[in-house]
Amino acid sequence: MSDVMEQKHIHLISQEIRKDFPVLQRKINGHPLVYLDNSATSQKPLKVIETMKRYYENHNANIHRSVHKLAEESTEIFESSRKNIASFINATPEETIFTKNATESINLVAYAWGLDLQKGDEIITTIMEHHSNIVPWQFLASRGIKLKFIDITDDGFLKMDQLENELNNKTKLVAVTHVSNVLGTINPIEEITSMAHDAGALCLIDAAQSVPKLPVDVKKINCDFLAFTAHKMLGPMGMGVLYGKKEILEKMNPFNYGGDMIRSVTTEGSTWNDLPWKFEAGTSNVSGAVGLSTAIDYLKKIGMDWVRSHDKNMMQYAIDVLSAIKGIKIYGPLTAENKSSALSFNLGDIHPHDLATILNDKGIAIRSGHHCAQPLMKRLGVSATSRASFYIYNTLEEIDKFAEALEHAKKVFKIG
Amino acid sequence: MQKRCSRLGSEDIYQDIILEYYRNPVNFGHLSNPTVKAQDSNPLCGDEIEMELLVEDNKIIDIRFYGKGCAISQASAGMLTEKVKNMTVEEASKLTRDDVLNMLGVELSPVRSKCALLSLKVMKLCAYQHLGKKMDEKIE
Repeated sequence: MSDVMEQKHIHLISQEIRKDFPVLQRKINGHPLVYLDNSATSQKPLKVIETMKRYYENHNANIHRSVHKLAEESTEIFESSRKNIASFINATPEETIFTKNATESINLVAYAWGLDLQKGDEIITTIMEHHSNIVPWQFLASRGIKLKFIDITDDGFLKMDQLENELNNKTKLVAVTHVSNVLGTINPIEEITSMAHDAGALCLIDAAQSVPKLPVDVKKINCDFLAFTAHKMLGPMGMGVLYGKKEILEKMNPFNYGGDMIRSVTTEGSTWNDLPWKFEAGTSNVSGAVGLSTAIDYLKKIGMDWVRSHDKNMMQYAIDVLSAIKGIKIYGPLTAENKSSALSFNLGDIHPHDLATILNDKGIAIRSGHHCAQPLMKRLGVSATSRASFYIYNTLEEIDKFAEALEHAKKVFKIG
Repeated sequence: MQKRCSRLGSEDIYQDIILEYYRNPVNFGHLSNPTVKAQDSNPLCGDEIEMELLVEDNKIIDIRFYGKGCAISQASAGMLTEKVKNMTVEEASKLTRDDVLNMLGVELSPVRSKCALLSLKVMKLCAYQHLGKKMDEKIE
């Protein structure tokens, strides 16, 4: 297919997809909603909303313990959801632990694995991380673990030579994002994982931005941990996933302690349940699991290769259209080949919050602020950026509207 | 009284006066010998404001603010410094949320109101500190 044909084809599919998302029918300030805040959270298709509703209408019961019909059904729904979610990233169900979000997944590793680290051990992360992949390691740093940051180049790529230099026999973990939630940079995580392993360290991937948009295969990456969340990939909030390699998870201490994570409890002590339940204390989020599983079915139906084609298509078009606006500064890579998810920028001297307010008047939802990445903001020399992020239901027309609204904002701020 | 029902467009918010205070902030910088100072930030957006007061005989005779943020927060801080200059510390400590929103003269959503009110909070922190009182009111 020619590029133009392919673009048209992708566009037609997006138009069809839009019909599955009730919230996209909304008007904001008299304008059709243009939702460009997908890196914060995606919208949900009717199928996901209805499946979760049906779970509560027909099956609701607490799982794993009771033997009555509803409990059996709920357990079956929960564990078959886990199978589907695991296979989406090419993991086994026992390596697929449910959490409440990607942040909790990373905290699980910091507590259950990280508390065994010794004083003087080192963890390497990067300057482009979301706070969720910095603050849990700072918690360990406060206990004597050394935390190092890999810098970026001015065009938004990790300095791989610095990583090479920082790795040594004290390095126990490299914690890196797959896709930056600000710059959109797609990091070479297979290479990073292999470098970490060569130094005898483990590798944790923050895949919150990537699992929604790129095909992700944990076996191919060969990472030791991978964290993602349901709500950025058409699923519900309050549902996250941690993938961990079986042999590592088996050696780890539990995270939360309580019901369901035990094998037996006496007044003298307790023994732990098998994987993955050892890490899932308390009543689980069954509707969340079935919601994520349904979201995955939806994504599988359109195909992750198509999702990435659309993402690339939108991203390149947006880069091209925005680059033509006088006074704009785009952060991170300028080609969609190595950029996904997020397009951050600043326009003249308009503060991102003011810009987001002006765009909201036109029904356009973007993100403004530090994007939970204050060290990166400092590195970029800004206090905040504006960010547009796209997903499967966004169209090229919406990017045109977005660009028009940016020109309008310049008028409001009287910038020539 | 401010209108609460109809929503104004951004052209109404970003009037010339707001843009003027944003681009050419008044009383911006630091005092060489402040009597009292305070600072705070808005964790949601990262806006930061510092305020310094020079007080003589319980009267604010000079004031500066420093910080970064959106047009609303910067304009609000500048206007507030002009408003409280020559007030007694007691008077300044009694300024309210509505005083500041009326001073700005634009209608803001609840989230954007926080931008406008950060400077009030920091100024009141200074005033209360000078009066030796604990600020127990919440400004939002």
